[in-house]
Amino acid sequence: MSLGVVMLVHTAFKRAEQVARHWANAGCPVVIHVDRNVVAKSYKAFVAALADVDHIRFSRRYRCEWGTWGIVAASQTASEKMLRDFPDVQHVYLASGSCLPLRPIEELIDYLAARPRTDFIESATTMDVPWTVGGLDQERFTLHFPFSWRRHRFLFDRFVQIQRLIGTKRMIPSGLRPHMGSQWWCLTRQTLTAILQDPDRATYDDFFRRVWIPDESYYQTLARLYSRELESRSLTLSKFDFQGKPHIFYDDHLQLLRRSDCFVARKIWPHAELLYRAFLTDRAGAMSRTEPNPGKIDRIFAKAVDRRTRGRPGLYMHSRFPNENWENGVTAGPYSVFQGFAELFDDFEPWLARATGSRVHGHLFAPEKAEFAEGEEVIHGGLAASAEIRDANPWAFLTNLIWNTRGERQCFQFGPHDTQDDVIWNIAKDPNAQISVVSGAWAVPLFNSNLDFATIRRAAAKLQKIEADSLDAYRSPYAKAHIRIWTMAEFIEAPMEPLQSIIDEIGARNPRRLAEVPKMRDLTGFGQFLQNLKNQGMHPYLMGDFPVEGRQLGQRPRTRKPYLVR
Amino acid sequence: MGAWQSYSLRLQRKRWRIRAMRKSRELRAAADRTDQIRPGDLLLFSTLRNEHVRLPYFLRYYRDLGINHFLMVDNDSTDGSDAFLADQPDVSLWRTGGSYKRSRFGVDWLNWLARKHAHGHWALTVDPDEFFLFPFCDTRPLRALTDWLDASSIRSFSAMLLDMYPKGPINAQPYLPGDNPLDIACWFDSGNYAIRRNHRFGNLWIQGGPRRRVFFSDLPEKAPALNKIPLVKWDRRYTYVSSTHMLLPRGLNLVYDEWGGEKASGILLHTKFLDTFTAKAAEELERRQHYSGSVEYKAYARTLEENPDLWCKWSEKYINWRQLEILGLMSKGNWA
Repeated sequence: MSLGVVMLVHTAFKRAEQVARHWANAGCPVVIHVDRNVVAKSYKAFVAALADVDHIRFSRRYRCEWGTWGIVAASQTASEKMLRDFPDVQHVYLASGSCLPLRPIEELIDYLAARPRTDFIESATTMDVPWTVGGLDQERFTLHFPFSWRRHRFLFDRFVQIQRLIGTKRMIPSGLRPHMGSQWWCLTRQTLTAILQDPDRATYDDFFRRVWIPDESYYQTLARLYSRELESRSLTLSKFDFQGKPHIFYDDHLQLLRRSDCFVARKIWPHAELLYRAFLTDRAGAMSRTEPNPGKIDRIFAKAVDRRTRGRPGLYMHSRFPNENWENGVTAGPYSVFQGFAELFDDFEPWLARATGSRVHGHLFAPEKAEFAEGEEVIHGGLAASAEIRDANPWAFLTNLIWNTRGERQCFQFGPHDTQDDVIWNIAKDPNAQISVVSGAWAVPLFNSNLDFATIRRAAAKLQKIEADSLDAYRSPYAKAHIRIWTMAEFIEAPMEPLQSIIDEIGARNPRRLAEVPKMRDLTGFGQFLQNLKNQGMHPYLMGDFPVEGRQLGQRPRTRKPYLVR
Repeated sequence: MGAWQSYSLRLQRKRWRIRAMRKSRELRAAADRTDQIRPGDLLLFSTLRNEHVRLPYFLRYYRDLGINHFLMVDNDSTDGSDAFLADQPDVSLWRTGGSYKRSRFGVDWLNWLARKHAHGHWALTVDPDEFFLFPFCDTRPLRALTDWLDASSIRSFSAMLLDMYPKGPINAQPYLPGDNPLDIACWFDSGNYAIRRNHRFGNLWIQGGPRRRVFFSDLPEKAPALNKIPLVKWDRRYTYVSSTHMLLPRGLNLVYDEWGGEKASGILLHTKFLDTFTAKAAEELERRQHYSGSVEYKAYARTLEENPDLWCKWSEKYINWRQLEILGLMSKGNWA
C-alpha cells in the first residue's frame, strides 16, 4: 500500500461511491471530503453506503465554493487524516468525485513506486501561463476578493477595478514565488508533510485564504519550496474550455479515453453509464491494447475552443452573427469580381471558365435576376436567382453563395447596370475578393446598340456616375480586396498582360502561359463615338484617352484584327 | 440600450404575463398529471390542433430524447387528438375552444403553463411537426445538453427551423400514424438563409429555405421567420414574445456570438410538408387564425395548385446532425 487517494465530493454520490470502491478494491486507502453544502440526508446515506469498506474514511467537512479557500482547507484536513491514519501511504493523489481512473490502478501504483521521490503537480509561474481567465494572474495574489465571482460578478469586477485604480498591493510572504497550475496533484508523503507541518503554515494559510482560486496556487506554490523532484504535470487528464471550465466526458468519448494513456480523467458526466462500466468493472477491456494516442484528445478539445472563439470564417448562422470587423473572414473563400470584361470581350465568361476551371457567373446582381452560370434558376444550397430575394439582403446572398460553394472558386461579372446597394462596399472591404475593373467598358454595349443618341447620352451619363461611385469604394482606404483598375484605353493597349496576371492569381489549372485569349469586340469608331458624346456635352472620362481615329477622305476604314491564338 | 428602452421592454414583458393570466381562463384541464413532475425534469410544451396522425411518432421521438413530461394544449381538435393525449401516462393536457389568433398563436397559453409548471426546469417548446436536434443527439441524451448548459451558465439554446420536404409532389406519399416523417420529407435547403438583427429585442431574424424560395420569391420580406429559441431554463418571470422566435428579458435572445465565435446551437426539423399539408392549408385558410392575416397560407394555396414540388436539384438529403453541422446550419460550439 503506497498510494492514498483524497477525494473531494459534492454531487453525484452514486458515482463517487463507485469510484471510491474502485480505488479501495485496488488496495488504496481513500479519505473522502464531502462539501458542507450537501444536505445531511444525502451525506449520511453516502457514508452508510461506504460503511462496509475498511479503508475508506471521511474527513471534517468544509463549505466549498468555487474559487474560495474552502477547497484547500478540505484537502489539507483530508490529507492530514490520510497521512496520520495510513502510515504506509507514500503518495497522496488528490481527485474529485467526477474523476475516473482509466488504467488499472496497479499500473498507477507501480508507476509511482518506480518514482518514489517525484511530486506530480502542474506548477508554473504566473507570468508564463496563458490560461488564466478573466485577466487575473499576478493580481490573484495581490488584490482582495471579498465578493463571490459566481454570485456577485458585478461587485467582484467593480471591486477589482477600484483596487487597480488605487493600486492596492498585498504583501506576498517572503520566500514565496507564486505558481499556478491544475488543482489535481499527486504529492509524496515527504513534500506533503513538509507543507502541512511547516512552522510558517499559519502565515501562508492566512495569505492564501484571501487569494482568488487558491486551490490552483496553494500547493503549486508551496511544493516549489520543498519538493526534491517536481514534475510539473498533472497525472489527471483534464481539459479546459475557453472560460476555464473543465470539459466533460461522455459515453461517446470511450474510444478516445481508451487511447489517452492517462491514469485518471476528469470530468466525467455522472450519467455516462458506458464509461463507468467500461473503466470500473471491465478490467480487461478498460485499456484495450490499442496504440495510445493522447494527442487526439488535445486536438479535439483545442478545436472546440477554436470553434467557440474564432468560428468558421464566412459563416453566418443562428449562433454566429459577428459584429462588423469581428467576422474573422467576412466570406468563406476567395472569389473574383470582373467589371467591364464581359462588355469588352465577346466570349469572356466561357473563356474564363476554361482558363481557370472556376465557376463563372454572369452579372449576379443584374436587376432582373441573378445570372448564375449556365442560366441556372437555383444553385448550391438552394440559392434562388430571384432578384427580389437577392435584393432583400444582397450581402447575405453573396456570403451564402461563397459559403455554399466552398472549395470551388466563384467568379462573377459586375457593372454599373447592376443593383449596387451597399454590397459594393462590402466586397471592396473583403480581403477574399479579387476585383478587376476595366473602367468605362460599359460604353461598349451602348456603342454597339442602335439606340437613339439622346437615350445613349442619358444612359452613358448615368452609368458613368455609378461607376465613378464604385471606383471610389475600390480606392477608399477601407478597401481590403485585391483590386486592379485599368482604364479602357490602357487595357486595350496590351490586354494580355493584365489577363495573365489575373489568371495567375486565381491559380489556374495549368500554370502555363495562356494558350487562348478571348475575342475582343470590334471597337472601330469607338473613339468617334466618345467624341460624339463629348460634342453633346457629356464627358466620358472613365475610359481614359481614346484617340479619335480620324478617317481621312478616300481611305478605307481599317478593321481591327481580333486577337488570335499565338 | 437606454434606460427608457429597458423600461419599456420590462413593461412589455409584464403585459404579456398579465395577458397570459387572462388567457389562462380559456384553458380547461383535461388530464392534469403535473403532480408527477419531479425537480429537474425536462418538460415539453406544445399546442396543437388536429394532429392526431403525427402524435404517436412525436411522443416517441421526444420520449427517446429524454423528455420527462409533456404539457400540451389542444385547440379544439375534432380528430381525437385530445382523447389520445389524455390517455398518455406522461402527458398533461389542457383543452381550449379559444381563438388561436387571439391567444397570439398559442403563446399566451403556453406562457401561462410554463409560468405555473416550468419554473426551474428546462422547457422545450415545439410544435407537433418540429423535431429538435442538438449536437451529439445520436450519442447523448437531452439531459447531457442541459447539464452542460447549466454548467456553462447558459439559459437559452437556439435551433433554427429547417423546412423539410419530400421529393415530388407533397401529397404523393401518404403519412401514417407512427411513421417517421423524415422518411418522406427528408430534403432541405442548405444555404439560402438571410439573417438580420432585431435591435430592439436583440434576437436574429432569419428568413429563407424552400418556403421563401418557392412561395415567397416575389415577396421575400413576408417569408416566415426561421429563428427559434425552443429550449430555455425557465423562470417564472420569462415570457415568449412571438412564437418561440424571441423572449423577454432580451438577454435570453443572445444565443449567437457577436465576436466571431460560434455558440452551440441545434436545429428544429420542420416536417410540415407531408400529404396532410394540403388539407391543412385549405382549412387554415378558411379559419384565418394564422399570423399576419394568414399571408403564409394564402401564398401556399396560390402555389400549391400549380406545382407542389419543393424539391430542386440542389436540395440536400438529410443524413444526421453532423451533416447539418458541416453545412453550418447548427454548431457544436465549444461542446466536444
